[in-house]
Amino acid sequence: MAGEDKKQQPFDSKAASSLVAELRGAFASGTTRSYQWRESQLRGLLRMTDEHEQDIVAALRSDLGKPELESVLYEAAMLRNSCKFALKELQRWMMPEKVKTSLTTFPSSAEIVSEPLGVVLIISAWNYPYLLSLDPVVGAIAAGNAVVLKPSEIAPATSALLAKLLGEYMDSSSIRVVEGAVPETTALLEQKWDKIFYTGNGRVGRIVMAAAAKHLTPVVLELGGKSPVVVDSGINLQIACRRIIVGKWGNNNGQACIASDYIITTKDLNELETFYGKNPLESKDLSRIVNSDHFTRLTKLLDEDKVSKKVVYGGERDPTKLQIAPTILLDVPRDSLIMNEEIFGPLLPILTVDKLEESFDIINSGAKPLAAYIFTNDKKLKEHFVNNVSAGGLVVNDTTVHLAVHALPFGGVGESGIGAYHGKFSFDAFSHKKAVVYRSFMGDAAIRYPPYTNGKLRLMKALLGGSILGILRALFGRS
Amino acid sequence: MEDETKAPEEMERELEEMRECYRSGRTMEASWRKSQLKGLLRLLREREEEIFRALHQDLGKHPAEAYRDEIGSLIKSVNYALDGLKRWMSGNKAKLPRLALLTTAKILPEPLGLVLVISSWNFPIGLSLEPLIGALAAGNAVVLKPSELAPECSSLLANAIPHYLDDKAVKVIQGGPGIGERLLLQKWDKIFFTGSARIGRKVIAAAAEHLTPVTLELGGKCPAVIDTLSSSFDRKVAVQRVLGAKFSSSAGQICIGVDYVLVEKKFSSSLVELMKMMMKKMFGENPRESQSVARIVNKHHFLRLRSLLLDPLVKSSIVYGGSMDEESLFIEPTILMDPPLQAAIMMDEIFGPLLPIVTLNKIEDSIEFINSRPKPLAIYVFTKDEPLRRSMVSKTSSGSIVFNDAIVQCLVDTLPFGGIGESGMGRYHGKFSFDTFSHQKAVMRRSFLVDVWFRFPPWNDHKLQLFRSSYHYDYLGIVLTVLGLKRTNRASKGI
Repeated sequence: MAGEDKKQQPFDSKAASSLVAELRGAFASGTTRSYQWRESQLRGLLRMTDEHEQDIVAALRSDLGKPELESVLYEAAMLRNSCKFALKELQRWMMPEKVKTSLTTFPSSAEIVSEPLGVVLIISAWNYPYLLSLDPVVGAIAAGNAVVLKPSEIAPATSALLAKLLGEYMDSSSIRVVEGAVPETTALLEQKWDKIFYTGNGRVGRIVMAAAAKHLTPVVLELGGKSPVVVDSGINLQIACRRIIVGKWGNNNGQACIASDYIITTKDLNELETFYGKNPLESKDLSRIVNSDHFTRLTKLLDEDKVSKKVVYGGERDPTKLQIAPTILLDVPRDSLIMNEEIFGPLLPILTVDKLEESFDIINSGAKPLAAYIFTNDKKLKEHFVNNVSAGGLVVNDTTVHLAVHALPFGGVGESGIGAYHGKFSFDAFSHKKAVVYRSFMGDAAIRYPPYTNGKLRLMKALLGGSILGILRALFGRS
Repeated sequence: MEDETKAPEEMERELEEMRECYRSGRTMEASWRKSQLKGLLRLLREREEEIFRALHQDLGKHPAEAYRDEIGSLIKSVNYALDGLKRWMSGNKAKLPRLALLTTAKILPEPLGLVLVISSWNFPIGLSLEPLIGALAAGNAVVLKPSELAPECSSLLANAIPHYLDDKAVKVIQGGPGIGERLLLQKWDKIFFTGSARIGRKVIAAAAEHLTPVTLELGGKCPAVIDTLSSSFDRKVAVQRVLGAKFSSSAGQICIGVDYVLVEKKFSSSLVELMKMMMKKMFGENPRESQSVARIVNKHHFLRLRSLLLDPLVKSSIVYGGSMDEESLFIEPTILMDPPLQAAIMMDEIFGPLLPIVTLNKIEDSIEFINSRPKPLAIYVFTKDEPLRRSMVSKTSSGSIVFNDAIVQCLVDTLPFGGIGESGMGRYHGKFSFDTFSHQKAVMRRSFLVDVWFRFPPWNDHKLQLFRSSYHYDYLGIVLTVLGLKRTNRASKGI
């Protein structure tokens, strides 16, 4: 097993190259292409998640202090749903899609056939380490590929669990886990893959894409950004706040790519802060900060001079337990650190503007985020937001919920990512859509071939124009 | 070219102005997009003669070829886009489960912003304007960099486009590799590149710096597998189509042209005889005089092609043609029989009017032959045998696969046109062009009226159970739990 190998010898370029060669052999044998194989592997993932839910919860608690309910809901249940949806739809997804052909290629028939890409690499993140490792794997398997998964080393308990469980439940001739950090990832990135799927930050995303460029390997990059929440007046503030709170601190204590990063609202909504005070979150219901690097990073954001006085709620932290309390800041300067990088933690700055329309300019002046949210009952404002704010995904009057909708593509734009997945989009992300045309030997037009003459030119114009009348006229030499 | 001398600050300023123009929202309007597409239509109709002249000058193309492959195809594509635009812009509703009361979800396409289209020299008008159609239909601002190797066409585009399109949002920047490199250093919202894999790698490496998505339309060695056909009618048609695909489009300088032929040994000699006969019909006794063979684009490529035939073993495999004229950059349509597989002509994409025929013991061997080489942009199979057809589709991989014809797949608007592996990434044509220049934005709308109250902390088993039921869309379970009639899993396990 890959996990055990690591203890014996370093996973270097040579090991990576022979791993890929082995999987290519497995793929070439055709094993992963059959419906039976794909179905059995997906069922394996489902069984694995069902039978080891407590182990998963324990690993997530060890890695992130994640509350059990979050682990069960946002990781196990979502992964199960993903598997079930894929199992339900797989046969339909695998079927070729017939398309209409026109007079130009008459007589002919055509279809689009989905075929697997081959051997794919999935590099996962640490914040939802179970879900973000296996959700892409669901897509890769459904599409019939051989897979190498590299879980994040920053969530080591989950990484080890994945290596062990996938080794037990999946077909290891075609599905493998490689554990490790930078050296192992680098060795993997040197190889030629048919697709690389990466979840993480923009800095490493660039490294992944540059490595993929050498082999002309297509990528999906699920990155992040500062997902803003625009809050209007004249709404049910209580519901809005609850949705914002759960979307922020109920999601791994803010360490989620689509968590609300910051709020923009008008000055007359300062009651927001007092409202949060009325919704204390139990500390055992909150994840801790994943490691000391991130803890230091977050405290630095909090302690910056221009910002430290702006805390209106929370601000407590415990370095020994790597815990930071839910913290709200009001009116931080736009050029502060906290407003210039993705927070990815339990700090929520609130910006105030005179007119809410200004918030759109603020959002559009920065990098395109993975998600953007607005709470409003104003129809015009809603339409303006939807049509003018560019982000991976938008939600009106809620936060983060679009993640759970299979029918919506989940992915970024610009700095927040390339490509999308979830539901059928996962299957598509790991497939090649091959165009197939069937023609008969009949129905040829001499005008296609040399020798070229002006008469043929006339006929060609008519034929490409597609009108029967035009063709007849050209045939009779009249155009 | 004039643009080479443009100072870097000037180029950046121009691009920033274009981004400003994009941000003003002008290009997003349906009316703007329509006007641009109609402008392209007018350009193609009004400047037809000029385009014929430029294509003849750059590549020696006859107007019939120019119309068939470039102008006519573009007109069809613009009309298709005009027809579909409103529908494409409105996006798609996404189906939600019943649990999601008073919630709607939709996928709304939006433009990416400022995009770069880098075109190739072999279909210099077609490969510049076809991506442009998609970029404009999707509402983007566009910079087009035509190939400097087709200078008349590049000039034509640079001169004509400002007259027919919005010159604040659509610009043509001319130049060679120097300009190309400078353009690649900028931050684009998308880069669309047609050309060789070598440059394709540079494009995607540059794009990686800015996390810019790319579409690369590259090439490869597209094989034509010719099965032993019993009907002489079928044989004639097959040969005509293969020869047409090889020689009559840009003299073989076409990414989806037939690169080489695979045929069974026992059929090969009659195939070659038939080919020779057809060649005479198409190109006459003196192909150089015929108007039907395009020129090689420049000396560099001419010498490249000539050197493919220098190897004596390759030279001795020539069974038809072989003459060349450096001054007029003419290469006669040439057929070779079984040149050595290690020779450059069998390893590199030929991109010229040289057609190697490779003989096999069984036609099924063609599958392994093709699979042991990089995935091509297209595979062509001439056969009536059903099992062979099915095998070819399921056992080989290529951008596209066509039965009993070649090249025509690029005319089908409903099919994605693109490569896989070394032959490219991404696709376009028809609605795929619109999609390739769009971001598919997920939009979800919720009501304040309905909420799943158990979404919120503090957490407990009761809420956990409700969640379990919800995720399984077990509506009855939810009702029972709420009514207190269903115990939580924990409770029933006695935990």
